[in-house]
Order: sequence, then C-alpha cells, then structure tokens
Amino acid sequence: MQKLVVIGAGMASGRMLEHLLDAAPDAFEITVFNAEPRGNYNRIMLSPVLSGEKSYAEIVTHDDAWYAANKVTCRFGEKVLSVDTSRKVVVGEKGEVAYDKLVFGTGSSAFIIPCPGHDLPGVVAFRDLEDTTAMVEAAGKPGSKAVVIGGGLLGLEAAAALRLRGMEVTVLHIASHLMERQLDPAAGYLLKKDLEKRGITVLLEASTKEIIGNGRAEQVTLADGTELPCDIVVMAVGIRPAVKLAQDSGIPCGRAIKVDAQMRTETPDVFAVGECVEYNGTLFGLVAPLYDQAKVLAKTLLGEPETFAMRELSTKLKVTGCDLFSAGDFADAPGREDIVFRDPARGIYKRLVIENDRLIGAVMYGDTADGNWFFGLIKQGEDISEMRETLIFGPSYQGGASADPLSAVAALPPDAEICGCNGVCKGDIVKAIEAGASDLGAIRATTKASASCGTCTGLVEQVLSVTLGDDFVIPAAQPVCGCTELTHEDVRRLIKTSELKSQEAVWQELGWKTRNGCHVCRPAVNYYLLADWPLDYKDDPQSRFVNERNHANIQKDGTYSVMPRMWGGMTTPEELIAIAEAAKKYDAVVKVTGGQRIDLLGVKKEDLPAIWYDLNEAGMVSGHAYTKGLRTVKTCVGSDWCRFGTQDSTGLGIKLEKKLWGSWTPHKVKLAVSGCPRNCAEATCKDVGIICVDSGYQVGVAGAAGMDVKETERLVDVRTEDEAIEWTTAFIQLYRENARYLDRPYKWVAKVGLDWVKEVLADDAERKALVDRFDVSQSVYQVDPWAERAVPDAARRFQPLADLTVEAAE
Amino acid sequence: MSWIDIGHIDDVPLRGARLVKTHVGCVAVFRTDEAEVFAASNTCPHKKGPLSEGIVHGHKVTCPLHNWVFDLNTGEAQGADDGRISTYPVRLEDGRILLDGAAVSRRSAA
Repeated sequence: MQKLVVIGAGMASGRMLEHLLDAAPDAFEITVFNAEPRGNYNRIMLSPVLSGEKSYAEIVTHDDAWYAANKVTCRFGEKVLSVDTSRKVVVGEKGEVAYDKLVFGTGSSAFIIPCPGHDLPGVVAFRDLEDTTAMVEAAGKPGSKAVVIGGGLLGLEAAAALRLRGMEVTVLHIASHLMERQLDPAAGYLLKKDLEKRGITVLLEASTKEIIGNGRAEQVTLADGTELPCDIVVMAVGIRPAVKLAQDSGIPCGRAIKVDAQMRTETPDVFAVGECVEYNGTLFGLVAPLYDQAKVLAKTLLGEPETFAMRELSTKLKVTGCDLFSAGDFADAPGREDIVFRDPARGIYKRLVIENDRLIGAVMYGDTADGNWFFGLIKQGEDISEMRETLIFGPSYQGGASADPLSAVAALPPDAEICGCNGVCKGDIVKAIEAGASDLGAIRATTKASASCGTCTGLVEQVLSVTLGDDFVIPAAQPVCGCTELTHEDVRRLIKTSELKSQEAVWQELGWKTRNGCHVCRPAVNYYLLADWPLDYKDDPQSRFVNERNHANIQKDGTYSVMPRMWGGMTTPEELIAIAEAAKKYDAVVKVTGGQRIDLLGVKKEDLPAIWYDLNEAGMVSGHAYTKGLRTVKTCVGSDWCRFGTQDSTGLGIKLEKKLWGSWTPHKVKLAVSGCPRNCAEATCKDVGIICVDSGYQVGVAGAAGMDVKETERLVDVRTEDEAIEWTTAFIQLYRENARYLDRPYKWVAKVGLDWVKEVLADDAERKALVDRFDVSQSVYQVDPWAERAVPDAARRFQPLADLTVEAAE
Repeated sequence: MSWIDIGHIDDVPLRGARLVKTHVGCVAVFRTDEAEVFAASNTCPHKKGPLSEGIVHGHKVTCPLHNWVFDLNTGEAQGADDGRISTYPVRLEDGRILLDGAAVSRRSAA
C-alpha cells in the first residue's frame, strides 16, 4: 500500500480524503497532521457557533470515529517541523513519517495588522475554534465591548454574532464602504444601515493606530485620535496562505504554493490543496473552488485524469436580515453599462453590469431572490439583448420558469394531458372554452375533464383562467382555516411575492382574523416561511404539532416513541447493543418498523433527553420518524451481496439519506432504492423510488402506499449515481417550494402534473438551482435535534416547571 | 389565596405551556402572550390528551391527540365538542408566575 501523508486537517484536505476513500478505500495508508488539536470541522460555520446558534459538536465534519473507521492515523496537535523531499519524509514533533505522496493542506492564517499592541492578549483573529471560544468568553461579561477590525465577510459575521451575544460592537473598516470587494457603494450603504439598525456601530475609513492596555487589550486608538474602549479586539482584515513550511522545504511558491491544474506542485509526489494554493496566479478563499480542487486532487492521487477549472463565484453574507448577493465583475470600466433598480422605501437595490450584450456582474441588496438566476446568466454568458428591458425584474418577466402556476399552465403545449382519468389534453379544453364553455361544470359536461377523480380540478381551472383572462374568476377555493379567506396556494404565493418573512408579517399583511392563528394554519404558515426563507425565518416550535416539537411520537397514553436513524437500513452490533441497553434502561417496548429501523415505545417525556443522549453517545441521531420531513430510505442489499443486484443500492440509499435528512417538507417523504427490478425494497410505492438497472437508475416519483395505493411514475432514467441524487434532491426541493402543507408528493404531482415537474427538472440550470437552494436550507436545518436537546439547558424544558406535591410534603 | 411562585415567565415558551405537578393532578400553565398566563387541567376530558403539548392560539389551546379546542378563560370545549377542563387562578408579578396554592392543595383535592 502506498503511504499518503496530509499536512493540515481543513475543509479542502478533508473533502479530498472523502473523495479518495469513497473511490478507493484501500489505496493508501493515510497519516494526517494537524496543528490544531482536533480533526476537521466546518470552519464556515464558526459564525453560528460564535452567535450561539450552533454548538461546536454540530459543525464537526469528521469525528474520531470517522478517522478510525477509515484507518487514518491522526497526529493532531502535532506541528510538522520540516519536510525532506529527497528522502521523502515528513518530520513531526514526535518523529518522522515516510511518504509516497504528500499533500499540503496548510490553509491560511489571519493577517494581523502590525500596529503597536497587536500582540496583546485579547486581540484575536476569527479563524479557528480557539478564537471563537475567546470571543464567547469575552461576550460573557455583562456590558462588554468588542471592536472588530475589518468590514469584510468574516468581520461582519463576527460583529453580528457578537452583537447577538449582547456585546456592544464597533466595526472599523479602512475602505469607504463595507465589503468593498463584493459590494458597490450603494449596496454597502444599505448594509451599513441595516447593521446600524441592529445596534452595531460602523466606522468607515477608520485606520487603526494602536491597541493599548495593561496586560491585555483595553482600547483601540484610531489615526484620527478616536478612542474606543473594548474588552476584545477581533482582527478580520484578511488571510494569507500558510506557506512557510512549503517554502522551507524547497517547494516552489509564488504568493502561495504553485500548483498545476492537477494540483501537483513542481516537486515530484508533492501536492497541495485549499487556501495554501496558487493556481494561474490566483489565490482562493471561498469554499466552492476549494471543494473543486479537493475532487481533482483525489483523482490525481488515484492516477485518473481530471482538471481543475476556475469558475465564477457568488457571495452571500450569513447574517440574518442582511440580504445581499453579488457575483461576477461590477467594477466601472469603459464599454460597460449599468441597469439599476432602487426601491428606497423597502431598502432594495439591484444593479446589473452589462458588457457586449452579456451580463457580467450583479449586485443586489434587500431582495436577492433572483440572484441565482442572474448568476446563471453570468456563468452561461448568454446574450441578453432580447430581454434587456425587463432583465432587472428577474425570471418571472421573461416568460421562462416562474413560481406562478398560471404561467406554467400557459406554457403547456396543446397536447399536454390535463385529465389523466379521461385522457383530456389542454387543447381539448381550450377548444371547449372557445366553443362557449365558461366554467368548470361546462368543461366537465363537454370534455369530462376533472369529472372522475377530480384531482386535476385546479389545473382545469387554471386553463380556464389562462384562456378566458379576466372573464374567469377561479372559484373561491377552500380557505386554509377560519383565520383567513385565503387558500394555501394564495398564502404560499404571497409569502414569496410580498417577501413575508415572519408569522407576524403574514398575520398582519394578509389580514388574519385571529390574533395569532390556530392549530390548523400555524403549522402550515411556519412550514411555508421556513421553506421559502431558510436563512431569514427561524422555525417556531410553538407552531408545530407535539411530535415535531418534542422530536418523538406521542402515543395514546402520553408516552413517546424514540427511533434512531439507521442509514439505508444498515446498523452495527454496537448500535444494536446501545439500542438494547437504552430499551432496558428506559423500560421501552421494541418494535421493528417497516422502514427498516427499530422503534422504542413507551418512553416518558422526562426521559427523552437522557435516552437521546445515550443514543447520541453511540453515534446515532434522530430518525425523524415523527416529522413532515425525510423519514427513511429503504434499501435492499444490492450488488454488495445479492446475486441479482445490478448497482450498489444500499450505498445509494445511504448517500440519499445523508443528503436529505433533517429537511422539512410539506408532508412526510419516504424513499427506497432497489438493486434490481425484482424490487425487494418496494421502491415503486414510495414518494421517490429508485430502481437500479444494468444501464443505471430509474427514478420514479409520486408513489403512495397509505390511504391511497399508487405506483410511482417514471421521472427520469439516468446513468450515474450522482445524477440520481441530483434529480431526487431537485424533485424534493420543487415539492418543498410548491406543494401545499400536508399534501404528499403524489397529491401535489396530481395537481401540477408530472409533465410540468419533468419540464422544470429537465432544465439543467433550474435543476442545479433547486439543488443549490436545497443545500442552503440544509445548511440551517440539517442538525440533529436530539443532540440539541440533550444538553442540560434544553433538557430542563422536558421536566415539569414545578412539582408542588413534593414542596407540600416538606 | 396563597400564591405559590412556580417559576419565571421566560421558563414558559411564548404560545407554549409547561407542566406543574400538584395534588389535584397535572396542571398546565399556558403563556398566551408576552405577559399573559393561564392555568388549567392538563388532561383533556375526551381521551386524556396532555393539553400542555397542544398548540396555543389566542386564549385557546388545541389538544394534541384529537384537536379538541378549549377556551382557557372558561375551560369550556369549543365548537361541536362537549366538555370542560378545570381552570385555576394564576397571576404574574415581576415576571414570576404565581399559582393559587389553595386551589391545587390536598384539601381542595379532597
């Protein structure tokens, strides 16, 4: 076996190891050095850790168990002293390791302004967990003050998080507007205004002269003499690649370690990946290209051809309430033209930069809903002269994909089937309308459309509306509940178009008749808000049914059932022992479920945090058996064991479950993957069911096996596992964005039509955009609810508030 | 009345409830607004559903098991359902929730 040594356990090298181990688990004997005394965690998520919205444990991407399972030798907390490329050894503090292949993933370090006092205790960067912990500690003191030097992405995220922790925060920025690399002055102005609204002081063109203090940082003094007392100073002015080790080892460097498109350095058998890399004169700081590099490097190490290509990047700020988006190049230059839109009352600003009839840059503030669409135009370099006049209003004005169901119906061709029961297509209905039919009854009488099962009623009404225009008023459909006259569809649409981002906004702007809704509308509105505005809206547990609030299923006697996730139905002896022990300890009844998992019934509410803690300790997370969300991915043993298996159905099932778990959906979603058409995993009656065949994967959707029984319909046949995952994810996101609350996918598909679903998903850009939006939502919601509630503070809420029977006895 | 301090208002989530064990059985304390609380029996007369786990809206709570809705002012079931839950005196003082000890004492249970 070849020896692979990796220096640095960061996001890029971690991702590279994942690709490598996925493709060839036994190709290398791997040793990883890391100067930080821990493995790989998601550094991007340090902001939510800082603000207290997430814990460190939740952002760990590779834990000890992962390294152990993959037989990776970890030398964490140990610095590498030198690398001898002639003898091919890495010299660590505790001894040498020989390598056949060596990867530098040394990342970058914070740039510290060398002003007097920069080395005082209390001056921190915002790069790692130590920095974050130091800031959290400083924020613990009541009335404490922070000065953040640097008004870029990192500095502002730190500032917002510290403000959330209650600190008085001042941001110092050297340039004349915030985030000057990503924003133009107008958007920078709006951002500053929003930050000031939440109590953050922003000083522009502020140059730090010195930091003073007696033994620790106590004051920042500016060049103009301004004095800012503080308890902590956060330096977030930039990063620079950590390349000293590479330089000392004689590996050719420019500003960083020089690599080619295969991630090879100029020294044989030495590679580099991540922020320590320079490619074609460019350095990297955002995560997307680092992940691309990781993929390329894994291939290169395995001797497979792959080339790293630079791609356009877009930026968003992870600060709730500050909606900004920027992409491409928006500097002023000869030959460039601007299209600008402003709405001062709503704080909206959009600017598009056009060169040679192509969109080359976009900056948006306040309303970024169309950001991904503009980003797509920039990447594709499409000629926009045709739509130039309405370009800035976004895709809904271009007659293309749109959230409005009416325009989707309008776009259907005449031979599109509307009523499946009676085989009536759109053209038949339009002809009937032209012959005088003007309402649903007349259409039913003349064409039989929607006269059988009735599920296409909505579609027929939409055809009427599109054809007759204002002459047809879609009959007042069933309102959500007594709190409003609006239907679910109306509420969904208005939440999107009016940008309603809180329940209070929905109640106010849509004229709710009750003070704060009822048990029918609250869960629906809560879902719509979190699905449409994952970064702005915070899930409200008090608008959830008991099961989703308590993360367990309530039983008829008031006890709960607890079901850990078993990825793709796979488990281990260790997990089974832990489950058995938990069942005994908490006196639970054990049931094997139809979703290939184990249910523990009869657990008392007070015991929930404790049993979750025990199961967490054994590496298990919530199975979400209680949610309108992803339940299970049922699998058969596939090509690993079965003599008929055509593909690794278990592996695909596990990947799908790992991608989709934690997401909220309008109703529950169940998946299955069968390894061959014998279909042992019963994939043909699931919300999404995949059948593996020799040539690839058949993705079926909209099956049912409950009150209704229905076979899935074929969405697409794809060749690769990645495509199967992409289509599945995009389908689920489309469902999340469009279905009404409590409609399973088969009901929703019956309303909108499978053809429409296929048409949307067949558009490569739209499909990818859906996946991107899903990923954004997952960045917030893919967290184990058990781990969040097994901590003492949260666990307390599962106990009675008071026990007066005990007090009275005293 | 003998007011017993059972906790701080912020221990009860807004539009949520917490449970208090008493000699007359489990009592649910509902927080219907920033500074507005109600106390009532935790047990739905229909199938004994735990009302403290219900969705709280306006001055009402919906039972989590079968959606019976109770008015917390009167304890009366709303709409077509017929039934009533006991309500108990409760008030707020400087953010502390005070429950009437006499109403939930052993004597009152007897």
